[in-house]
Amino acid sequence: MSAGKDTWRKPPFIASPALRYGLYAVAAVYFVVTLATLPIDWERVSDGLTRAQRIFSGAFPPSFDRAGLLFDGFMESLKIAILATAGGIAVSVPLAFMAAGNISVKPVYLLGRGIIIVARSFHPVIVAIIFVKAVGFGPFAGALTLLVYSIGFVAKLLAERIEEIDFGQVEAMRAAGAGFIATLAYAVLPQIMPRLVGLGIYQLDSNLRASAVVGIVGAGGIGATLANAFGRYDYDFALAITMVIVGVILVSEAVSGFVRKRIA
Amino acid sequence: MLKISKLTKRYGSGDPVLKELDLTVEGDQLTSVIGSSGAGKSTLLRCINRLVEPTSGSIDLNGTEFTTLNRRSLRIARRRIGMVFQGFNLIDRLTVMENVQSGRLGYISTWAALTRRYPREDIRHAYELMERVGIAHYANKRADELSGGERQRVGVVRALMQRPEILLADEPTASLDPKTSEQIMSLLRDLASELKLPVIINIHNVAEAKEYSDRIVGMRYGRIIFDGLPSRLGKAEMDEIYAGVPAQDRAQAGAAA
Amino acid sequence: MMSTETLHGAQDHWSRFTLRQRLLRYGGLALTLLVVGWALRSIDVIWAWVWDAPSQMADLFGRMMPPDPSNLPSILEAIWQTVNIATLATMIAVVVSLPVAYIAAQNTTPNRAALWVGRFILVSSRSVNTIIWALLFVAIFGPGIVAGIAAIMFRSIGFLGKLLGEAIEEIDRKPVEALEAVGASQFKIVLYAIVPQVMPAFFAVAILRWDINLRESTVLGLVGAGGIGMILQGAIDTFNWPEVSMVLLTILALVVFGEVVSTYLRKKIL
Repeated sequence: MSAGKDTWRKPPFIASPALRYGLYAVAAVYFVVTLATLPIDWERVSDGLTRAQRIFSGAFPPSFDRAGLLFDGFMESLKIAILATAGGIAVSVPLAFMAAGNISVKPVYLLGRGIIIVARSFHPVIVAIIFVKAVGFGPFAGALTLLVYSIGFVAKLLAERIEEIDFGQVEAMRAAGAGFIATLAYAVLPQIMPRLVGLGIYQLDSNLRASAVVGIVGAGGIGATLANAFGRYDYDFALAITMVIVGVILVSEAVSGFVRKRIA
Repeated sequence: MLKISKLTKRYGSGDPVLKELDLTVEGDQLTSVIGSSGAGKSTLLRCINRLVEPTSGSIDLNGTEFTTLNRRSLRIARRRIGMVFQGFNLIDRLTVMENVQSGRLGYISTWAALTRRYPREDIRHAYELMERVGIAHYANKRADELSGGERQRVGVVRALMQRPEILLADEPTASLDPKTSEQIMSLLRDLASELKLPVIINIHNVAEAKEYSDRIVGMRYGRIIFDGLPSRLGKAEMDEIYAGVPAQDRAQAGAAA
Repeated sequence: MMSTETLHGAQDHWSRFTLRQRLLRYGGLALTLLVVGWALRSIDVIWAWVWDAPSQMADLFGRMMPPDPSNLPSILEAIWQTVNIATLATMIAVVVSLPVAYIAAQNTTPNRAALWVGRFILVSSRSVNTIIWALLFVAIFGPGIVAGIAAIMFRSIGFLGKLLGEAIEEIDRKPVEALEAVGASQFKIVLYAIVPQVMPAFFAVAILRWDINLRESTVLGLVGAGGIGMILQGAIDTFNWPEVSMVLLTILALVVFGEVVSTYLRKKIL
C-alpha cells in the first residue's frame, strides 16, 4: 500500500493552491503597500522625540500639589459613573425585553436591536462630543454619554440572557392564566436577576474607566482635569493624574471582580 | 540493559515514594509492574527518564548513568527512551503524521520541525511503523478525530520513532475499553520481540499483565515485593501486593526502618 | 431556601428568602438608592440645562437632517485610513504580544523576573486608554496616522498579551510532558505542544481585537491621530451638522461591516 513512501506534506489549510497563494499575495501586498505609504516624517519624529523627552522630564517627578483638584475630579467621575450606570440599567431592562427574540414581537424586536446596535457602534468619545455640543460642557454630557455606552453593553447582554431563559416557566405562568407583566415578574425576572446585578457592577467599573476618557473632550470628571493639565503643559500634574487613574482602575477592577465572584 | 539500583524518591519532606529500589531489565522482555494506586509505579517509570527527578540512586541504560546528566545531555539521552502514556498525550490539533514525527524532535533541525519538512528516512520509517500498527491511512487526519485505541497506536508509533533502546508504558490501556486494551497489549508484546526491545509497562489489570508479560514485578509502597514469571503469581502473592491499608503499611515501614 | 423550623406546625406563611438574605437584599437596595441619591444631589450640573436637554437634542438632530453626502469621497478615504490604522496596528500588536504573553504566563515564563516584566508591560498597556496613548504619540510623531497606529498598537498589546497568556496557562500539559520525554528542546516543545493548543485562542483574540480597534480608530482623529475622526472634528468645529451626520452614518456602516467580517472569519477559522 503506502510502504516505501518517503514523502509527506502537511495538508494545507486552504486546499486550492490558487486561492491560497492568492490570499498570501493579497495580504503581503496590503501589508507592504500600507506600511510603505505611511507618511512617517523622520525629521518630525526626531523632533518629536526631543519633545517627548521634554514632556517626560517635565513629568518627573509627578506633582501631587493640587491633590484637591485631583480628588474633586475623581469624585465627579465617580458620580458620573454611578448615575450613568443607574440610568443605563433603568433603560436597559425594558430595552432588553424589546430586543429579546423569544419574548418580543418582530417590529419591536427590530427597533430594540437597532437602538442597541447604534448605541454600541459609536465610541463613547464621539457620543461625548455630540452631547457636549447639544447640552454644553460638564458632567451632564458625561453622564448622558456613559448612559448610552451602558445601554449598548448591558441591554445587549441582558437580551441574550433573556433569550436563553428556560421557557418552560413562562409557559407554566401562561397556563396558570397570568398576565404579561406578571409573567415577566415571576417567570423571567428571577432568571435574569443575577446576570443583571453582575452586569451592573461590571458596567460601573467600565463607566469609571470610560469617564476618564470622555472628560478629555469636555464631558467632565477626571478626564477633564487631565486634559486641562495637558493643555497647560503641567506634565507633572498630568502624570500624577494618570498614575492615580491607573491605580483606581486596577482597584476598581479587583473590587468588581471580587463582588461579581461573590454574587455568582 | 536498564539497571536501576538503590533508587529513592521523596516528594518534599514526606515518606519516600520509592525506597532504595533495585530493578534490572534486559533483552526483549515485556515486564509488567503491578501494584495498587500509590505504590509508586508511575513515579518509578518517570524517574527512569527523569520526568520526575530521583532523590538518590542510580539509573544506568546501556552504560549511560542518567541521574548525573546535565539538562542538555539529559535531553539527548532521553531520545533513547520511548514512552507511552495513559492519556496518550498526543497533540490533538496536529495530524497523525506530525504527532508521529514529534518523536523525532530530538534529532531533526528546528527548521525542519517548524516547516514540517521531515527527513525522507523518517517519513519512510513512520509509514512502516504506522503500517505495522494499522494506522497508515490516518496520516493526514487530526489526532483528535481518532478513537482511543487508534490514538494509543499513534502514541506507540511516536515512541518507536525515537528508535529507543527501551520502551516505558505508563498505564497504556487504562483509558481503553477491554477489547482495545488487549489489542494494545498484544501489540506491545509483539513489538518487543520484533524490535528486540525491552518494554516496561505499569498496569492495573492483573489478568492482562499475566497474559501478556514475560515477567511481573509487584510493588507495594515503594518496594518490589514480587519479581518473577507470571505463572508464579498466585493468590498469596496477589494478596500481599494488593492487601493492606496504606497508613498501616507506612507505620510498619517506619518501624522497620 | 425555605425555613424549616416550623415543619410540623401549621404553616401559613412562606417566603422565598431567609431573613438574613432578605436583609442583605434590602440592605443592598437601600445602599444603592442612597449612593445614587448622593450622586444626584451633589453632582455639579445646572438642572435648568438638564430639563432643557431634550429640546436641545431635538434641535441638534434637526440640524443634522438630512445628511450631506457632498464630501463623501474624502469621508471614504478617511474611513479607508481608519481601517488601515486598525488592521496594521492589530497585526503588529499581535506579533509583539506573543513574546510578552509567553513570559507573562506562569507555566512558560523563564523566571520570576521575566514574569513580572511581562505583567508590568501588560498592566501598563491596558490601563492607559487609547486616547491617552494617542495624545502621547501625537506629541512624538506629530498629528497623523502614524501616531494613531502607535496608540492602537500600544493599547492592544496589553489586551492581546493578557488573553493569550491566559490561553497559554490553560493548555493541557500532557503533550508537553510527552515531548519532554522525547528529548525535544524547549523551543520545539513550544512549537509542537503549545502553539497548536493556543492557535484557536490566538485567532479568536486577534479577530476580537481587530473589531474593537476599528471602533477605537474612529476617535483617534479627535486628538489628531488620523482617520475619520479628523473629518468629524473638522465638521463639528465648523458647525457643518449635515456632514457630521453623514460621517456618523459612515462610521455606523464601518462598525457593522467590521462585525460582519469578524463573525465570518471566526466561523471560517474556528
